[in-house]
Amino acid sequence: MAHMNMVQALNSAMDIMLERDPRVVVFGEDVGYFGGVFRVTDGLQRKHGEHRVLDTPIAEGGIVAAAIGMGVNGLKPVAEIQFADYIYPAFDQVVSELARLRYRTAGEFSAPVTIRTPCGGGIRGGQTHSQSPEGIFTHVCGIKVVMPSTPYDAKGLLISSIEGDDPVVFFEPKRIYNGPFDGDPHKPAVPWSAHPGGAVPEGYYTVPIGRAEIVRPGSDVTVLAYGTMVHVAEAAVRLAGVDAEIVDVRTLAPLDVDTLCSSVNKTGRCVVVHEATRFSGYGAELVATVQEECFWHLEAPIQRVTGWDTPYPHAFEWEYFPGPARIAAALKTVMEAA
Amino acid sequence: MTPRSRLHIPYPPARPGDKPDFSYVQISPAGAVPRPESKASVRELESLAGQMVRVLGEDSKAVGPWNPHLEPQDLQVGLRHMLLTRLFDDRMQRMQRQGRMSFYMKSTGEEAVAVAAGMALLPGDMLFPSYRVQGLQVVRGRSLVELMCQCLSNTRDMCKGRQMPVMYHWGAGNIFSISGNLATQFPQAVGWAMAAAIKGEDRLAATWIGEGSSAEADFHHAMTFAQVYRAPVILNVVNNQWAISTFQGFAGGEVQTFAKRGPGYGMPGIRVDGNDFLAVYAVTQWAAERARQSGGPTLIEHVTYRAAAHSTSDDPSRYRPKEEWKAWPLGDPINRLKQHLITLGEWTEERHAALEKELEAHVTACWKEAASYGTLTEGPTLDPATMFEDVYKEMPPHLVRQRQQLLDLTHSQPPPEAHEQHDLDRRPRPVAKEG
Repeated sequence: MAHMNMVQALNSAMDIMLERDPRVVVFGEDVGYFGGVFRVTDGLQRKHGEHRVLDTPIAEGGIVAAAIGMGVNGLKPVAEIQFADYIYPAFDQVVSELARLRYRTAGEFSAPVTIRTPCGGGIRGGQTHSQSPEGIFTHVCGIKVVMPSTPYDAKGLLISSIEGDDPVVFFEPKRIYNGPFDGDPHKPAVPWSAHPGGAVPEGYYTVPIGRAEIVRPGSDVTVLAYGTMVHVAEAAVRLAGVDAEIVDVRTLAPLDVDTLCSSVNKTGRCVVVHEATRFSGYGAELVATVQEECFWHLEAPIQRVTGWDTPYPHAFEWEYFPGPARIAAALKTVMEAA
Repeated sequence: MTPRSRLHIPYPPARPGDKPDFSYVQISPAGAVPRPESKASVRELESLAGQMVRVLGEDSKAVGPWNPHLEPQDLQVGLRHMLLTRLFDDRMQRMQRQGRMSFYMKSTGEEAVAVAAGMALLPGDMLFPSYRVQGLQVVRGRSLVELMCQCLSNTRDMCKGRQMPVMYHWGAGNIFSISGNLATQFPQAVGWAMAAAIKGEDRLAATWIGEGSSAEADFHHAMTFAQVYRAPVILNVVNNQWAISTFQGFAGGEVQTFAKRGPGYGMPGIRVDGNDFLAVYAVTQWAAERARQSGGPTLIEHVTYRAAAHSTSDDPSRYRPKEEWKAWPLGDPINRLKQHLITLGEWTEERHAALEKELEAHVTACWKEAASYGTLTEGPTLDPATMFEDVYKEMPPHLVRQRQQLLDLTHSQPPPEAHEQHDLDRRPRPVAKEG
């Protein structure tokens, strides 16, 4: 078993799929020769050729639209949008086209496109390099939405995304590209080699889409989180001193309701955590689902801990970020509520 | 052989380790391109898009019909602005490297594009900049302290800590807010210009975009709207050859110039030597005159070279030859204007050295003052609670509540999430667990 950071794991997933499946093509801004601004496609063009790993013009709408066309013509495109914050010029192509092509043609046409895009804050990126827009995409029927929290899951889920026949928006929490991050920016960085999720097989394997994972078993309260916030939740649980069960949602759409709700039915309490803004955020869907499925087991109202409902401010990212203290406070609230 | 298509991959003439090769840059001799009247029809102007307007020749003399015949004092002001822009950039880059600020983007080698254009426009003209035309701020007299405070996200930051460094704005100076998303300003400038025309004003808008981001749909929105309504707008494409790691061929510049997109949309396109202060001044002045006479928009391609990295997060040695800038055939805009002034007998090496020293001292003094209002590493700092302001004009209740939650957390006075608790207490108790 090798140790990989998330960048290497994602790179390995694409490398393997380029090798295994001649239909796979990888492209995006600075993705080819340079290997991507986060180095996720480093070396892939050199190895697989410039007809399979391509640089593109700076035009996100063009990238996604071209991916759809390629997908319709039998390829399996893996398109990178350099930052999730840049995805909006492609919004029409994602929402009106990519997501609905299969439906509107009654299955005759479809485009198996994977859109990879780094998301989340904590890198001093200000409002245009820090966003977590997953909730905007989970609201669109016809696309799958994935966000891994470890290199192991990143590789397995990306391979599943590429292999699948449905379009996937694959969010990569860039704060944890190089190591798990527990929400304290003043602590020294921890490498992935020190985390079990950094143990990644060199070869092919998949992590199924549509399956959540219990990353910390517990009995007092269930924490639903994904991406960077899984690690922050772990720190918060230590801080609060509660026996929490942390569920890494991993696939936001379609949602693994059974795993989530079995956990809440067991613990009777639930805290939902995400970095994205709160109002109409993905957490609202989680809360609604838990309420519908687990109401009679709940001992306290479900709490949400999220980014504030403002753009991500450059100067105050740690005041904005829903860190361990805020999560711990919510844990305390649900524990004391009944 | 059966005919079959093959994907064309644009390839830059030189990669790391290669000898720089700019033979693809078509250069007209200084003074060679005719200067039609600014009222001329688009058809008469078509050839401007394929040539290169240049005024400063190899002998540093100003020649030809595009010579704007500026007074030596104006040229000296231009030189000063360009030099100040460069020294400011250098200082900010160093401060980023020292960890005092998070990020920076230099405009080294492209100073004429901003400074000469800025000087050719009127103070009431509205500027919609990209992130690499800081010379516009300098021309309009923006205090460097204010620019530095923005870069520092400190207590005097015009953006109140909300934007990354270099994303300035200046209402009083008629300079719009810089966005971190590319190309968005291009069609917005057109809308501003349409409003000026609707209101019957004589102000115009000017906007800048990189050749790389001219691939965005927003570029094409701007071109269509500007031409349909003959909006009084100057649309500048700064072709600095590199968009992070992709060269201008990846934006569509391999076969046709960017200026030729102008005639394609029905507006004049002018290709200009972007490192020639006089040429940039002259074409901007020409386009402004045309716009003010209801002649509509002009697309200007400024041919220049991004001598610096894309940003402090970039390492260009990975994708282009290290010394490429030294081989750039259009030289250094500052040095070219300096040599021109010396040729005119209006400047000397001694005066240049003295100016550099004076500006360097000015930048140092500005930095000292700006840093006293806070840096990334030292206070004072802005009040984080201000992050909830300006999301809306009036703060809605949910933001008032979130702001209070933040205050509670940071001051740890009432226990965290106290209001949540309070609210909960007033709700009916949850139903008991089943079984």
